[in-house]
Amino acid sequence: MSRSRRSVLVPSVMAFGFAFLYVPILAMIGYSFNNSRLVTVWDSANSPTLKWYSALWRNQQVLDAAWLSFRIALLNATGAAILGTLAGLVLARFGRFRGRTLLTALTTAPLVMPEVITGLSLLLLFVAMEQTIGWPAGRGVTTLTIAHITFSLSYVAVIVQSRLAGFDVSLEEAAMDLGARPVTVFLRITLPLIAPAIVSGWLLAFTLSWDDLVISQFVAGPGSSTLPMVIFSKVRLGVTPDINALATLMVLTVAVGVVIATVLLRRQERRREQDLRLAAGAD
Amino acid sequence: MAARGLRLGRLLVIGVPMGWLLLFFLAPFLIDFKISLSEVRLAIPPYAPLLEWADGKLVALHLQLTNYRYLFTDSLYVSAYGYSLKVAAISTLLCLLLGYPMALGIARAEPARRNLLLMLVILPFWTSFLLRVYAWMGLLRNNGLINNLLLWAGVIDAPIQMMQTDFAVYLGIVYSYLPFMILPLYTNLEKHDGTLLEAAADLGAKPLAAFLRVTLPLSVPGILAGALLVFIPVVGEYVIPTLLGRPDQLMIGRVLSDEFFANRDWPVASAVAMLMLVLLVAPIVAFQRVQSNAAEAR
Repeated sequence: MSRSRRSVLVPSVMAFGFAFLYVPILAMIGYSFNNSRLVTVWDSANSPTLKWYSALWRNQQVLDAAWLSFRIALLNATGAAILGTLAGLVLARFGRFRGRTLLTALTTAPLVMPEVITGLSLLLLFVAMEQTIGWPAGRGVTTLTIAHITFSLSYVAVIVQSRLAGFDVSLEEAAMDLGARPVTVFLRITLPLIAPAIVSGWLLAFTLSWDDLVISQFVAGPGSSTLPMVIFSKVRLGVTPDINALATLMVLTVAVGVVIATVLLRRQERRREQDLRLAAGAD
Repeated sequence: MAARGLRLGRLLVIGVPMGWLLLFFLAPFLIDFKISLSEVRLAIPPYAPLLEWADGKLVALHLQLTNYRYLFTDSLYVSAYGYSLKVAAISTLLCLLLGYPMALGIARAEPARRNLLLMLVILPFWTSFLLRVYAWMGLLRNNGLINNLLLWAGVIDAPIQMMQTDFAVYLGIVYSYLPFMILPLYTNLEKHDGTLLEAAADLGAKPLAAFLRVTLPLSVPGILAGALLVFIPVVGEYVIPTLLGRPDQLMIGRVLSDEFFANRDWPVASAVAMLMLVLLVAPIVAFQRVQSNAAEAR
């Protein structure tokens, strides 16, 4: 009796939950092909249409903002991947050292810190730095990139750290015993092992930066509006069909990217596991 | 020589991320605190210096607690803090009620289906937060999809006002933060040993009793991690209440942003941020405990 009740409860909550997660996005995608300017009135005579997509292509403000966001996202992802990998490596492999607790705190706090606090505080730092040492002069790409790296490096660190925690140190220790220098061990053993984690971290950092609104609003200067900032200023005034089109493009790009990356990473993972099993079987 | 190089290299690897975070994550809070003690001024930047120097000597120290006193006496701030904490607590509970069965369902699914379901949870996490909130605006408006459907089906005669209500805020928050609840719960539930439940069943426990006495207690770390990942950022949430919420009851993130951008009162905005940080220190420390325990358990 109760067994059958539970077996219904869990799947139905799951179905509801997944519908809840996906219906709004699917509705938005559908309406991006609607001919009517009144977003939610479906003009069945003239729809579907791609006119909002072509309008987007002629909107210089949107194109400029997208280009700016893209450049910042690239810089950020690369910076965050390097710093986050170092932090993850230190936390997973360096054992106890003075300042470990501090580093743990500094890498986990940005994951939950409300963005308004981080954004405001960073802006105040930039202003104070400009007053005292003259750098960063004004606000724009530099301040946006620094701010984005600061919150996204934590995500990379967590991913890399948990990946390293899944691997035995014995491989690295064996290489050390055979006389390899730490840099060689890192480049030849550790880096290949954590490469998938670094790639995932890079991708996540890229999208976090590409999507960030709140922190960017604080640290952006006049004339450096990122894509989410442009979208937000339009959306505050109401729902518009060209934003539906833009949103559809952004959501689909990310979805396709994530699916491809996941499949590729999993395939590589499986190959590596096979290699390890073969290696283990050989001795 | 080699040992010295090794120590130096190790110091460098620790020092680079540490230095970055000290400068760009920790130091900003200190500056924030300093400015929260100063006085607003019509200048660039719009606050008075705390220390006044003349001929290389300190001539005056201006420390003000008025910004903080202001926060406790003006009812706008008190109610915004209270409302934010209430919204964060209730939405955390709602995320847990919806997310727990989902995480359980995914953890107990066949391995092949499990990966697909997990991907479906992670995918929204990768898509723009702003756009996902925006998607709800198209559904909730008076002439939006939900009202149109209900009118068409004859369930209602006039559109229901859903935008700019508490309902819309909770909906938007649960929608946006649900993956943050599901993922740590799943990570925890997936590791549970199935034989424990079999043993409980063999000893005569009904599934509900087995769940309450085996699965639930074991999943407490996952519940805590998920709850804190939702609760802490929601207290300072800005986008969702601005787009979907009531104009007459602001959340504290919106108040901070208005003080800064609209009123250009940097000292009060800093004080608002500092007080929010004080309220969140305990949950943030708890989150770090849960995280490092989970890292050690692996």
